Amino acid sequence: METVTKQNTIKDKLIAEFDYSKNSFFGDLTLRSRAMESFAKQGIPSRKSEEYKYVNLGLILKGEFAFSSQHKISREQLVDTHILKNAIVIAIENGVLNLSNSELTNLPKGLQIIDITVASSNEIFQTHFSKYSDVDADPFVALNTALTNGGVFIHIAKGAIIEIPIHIIHISSVSENTIINPRNLIVVDGNANVTIIESFRNIDSKAKTFNNALTEIVIGENSIVDHYKIQDEKEFGFLLNTTHVNQNTKSVFTTETFTLSGSFVRNNLAIVLAGEHIESNLNGLYLTNENQVVDNHTLVDHRKPNCNSNELYKGIIEDKSSATFNGKIYVRKDAQKTNAFQSNKNILLSDDGTINTKPQLEIYADDVKCSHGTSTGKLDEEKVFYLRARGISEISAKKMLMHAFASEVVDTIKIVELRDFVEEKISKRFE
Amino acid sequence: MMLSIKNLHASIGGKEILKGINLEIKAGEVHAIMGPNGSGKSTLSSVLAGREDYEVTEGSVIFNGKNLLELSPEDRAREGLFLAFQYPIEIPGVSNVNFLKTAINEIRAYKGLEPMEAKDFLARLKEKQKLVELDGKLANRSVNEGFSGGEKKRNEIFQMAMLDPCLSILDETDSGLDIDALRIVAGGVNKLKSKDNATIVITHYQRLLDYIVPDVVHVLFNGKIVKTGSKELALELEEKGYDFIKEEIGA
Repeated sequence: METVTKQNTIKDKLIAEFDYSKNSFFGDLTLRSRAMESFAKQGIPSRKSEEYKYVNLGLILKGEFAFSSQHKISREQLVDTHILKNAIVIAIENGVLNLSNSELTNLPKGLQIIDITVASSNEIFQTHFSKYSDVDADPFVALNTALTNGGVFIHIAKGAIIEIPIHIIHISSVSENTIINPRNLIVVDGNANVTIIESFRNIDSKAKTFNNALTEIVIGENSIVDHYKIQDEKEFGFLLNTTHVNQNTKSVFTTETFTLSGSFVRNNLAIVLAGEHIESNLNGLYLTNENQVVDNHTLVDHRKPNCNSNELYKGIIEDKSSATFNGKIYVRKDAQKTNAFQSNKNILLSDDGTINTKPQLEIYADDVKCSHGTSTGKLDEEKVFYLRARGISEISAKKMLMHAFASEVVDTIKIVELRDFVEEKISKRFE
Repeated sequence: MMLSIKNLHASIGGKEILKGINLEIKAGEVHAIMGPNGSGKSTLSSVLAGREDYEVTEGSVIFNGKNLLELSPEDRAREGLFLAFQYPIEIPGVSNVNFLKTAINEIRAYKGLEPMEAKDFLARLKEKQKLVELDGKLANRSVNEGFSGGEKKRNEIFQMAMLDPCLSILDETDSGLDIDALRIVAGGVNKLKSKDNATIVITHYQRLLDYIVPDVVHVLFNGKIVKTGSKELALELEEKGYDFIKEEIGA
């Protein structure tokens, strides 16, 4: 006799996976169980959800998914994703730290890098882990907290100046559709200085990787942190990248997000300005084409007086691709003398492309300077003509103008090697 | 004959602006085209440079033996036509140097030449900067970004010097210039003059023609050249105003 069983939803499968694996997880099972309960309550957001209305997660997460991959990444494949000649390389392969492909010898004084699966006993880790990412605020935070099986804990000690950039390489390569949940915690004590690059690559795959990556960063007093994200996952990469940052008094944090490829990229970036005299800079550049969906959600939360935040996101949208920018700025009642600026500019190159842009300012203090602006247009024909009138072909003229548009963001990259890398990616893209 | 325009008619948005222009220019000549506002001066320069907003409805333009109207704007430039814009565009993010290097090398590629050697390019850059007294810092900045009106016009002549065209059209290059800037711009144009190239100076006022002395002066009125004469015609226009032309032609 034939029986018809109702196909389980992805939510049911994730809950089942948790129950099946919970005894083999590292870390705090109580926290994980609570996170899973929260996920079960929230579920996978549909397009009716205000926060996820421009992305079709139901479609992306349809079908069968594995929750880890045994697919190995060779040394050569990993080295291929290096960007800088000289960097402290952390290899996160299919969501799990691989020490043998990482370059962690001779770490500078004050820098500690620990596999997250064995970090639980570390006091600093305990103090900060999961303190900035609220499992009840977002289903993917809940999911990551419940199911993570790898990542890295980085600690920069008080007063340490780490001159060599730390490069976290998120690399995935799978043979069947897989959901991974890498989790990183970066704790920077006071008076310290560090540069962190997170790059995202998917290689050699014929199946989807849904990478639900989450990084928490806490920045101590007077510290300066530069953070770069290079997202270049190609067609089998589906990336949901959450970054939660907590800044303390007089710290300076700069984060730059470059989205160069990937079928789907959703960035949830939230920065809490928890002290006074803080500076936060958020820059982003997204170049979308084909059927790509790129969605940047940012939140800048001014909680205390005398802080500055500057935000600039730019995008070039081609073909049938779709880009979303949603930028929230909260200025709480106590946050007098806040300066908060936001700008989102887009060039739409095709008739079938879509851009959704939504600035959201909520201001509860009365002595503040805040502004936001957004523009979307085609390439300026007057500029194209001016260049052509000097003997430059139409194609080269357009390329030059797209480079020029992107340069406002690209030029802010402080590491020359990284800037050249991004420049080259952009050049190739417009060939 | 370098340029031969015959019975050129052009319109924009269905409105006819040029109503039968005839003009012939030989190498070594400087022609001034004067006329009141709305007479079609800028339309003529736009049509020659290949601005796509205008539709040529009748007539022909032969430039060095080629049908100019069939060429794209970039190919016109590569064939040696140069338009100094009335309103040069600011292009943030594109450096003057990179812009000129790309332009020169694309023009060279069109002629089947190798890209210019970096040191030759730099030498040329320095030499031509002096010609229009353009600060080296400006050359390194983005194209026209934050330039004053005078600097923008000097930058046009600087580009002209770098590209070494055979026919230059100066579209109201004197507008918005003070007397010092005017002298520098005109001095640059005069130094670039040779027996092999030609210049069309489009202007509303006679002032510029004190510095760039034309061989021939044309008066453009209501889309047609209604009078052609020597440089004295410009002085007469200055003295009597455009009304005397209107009376002469019975407009």
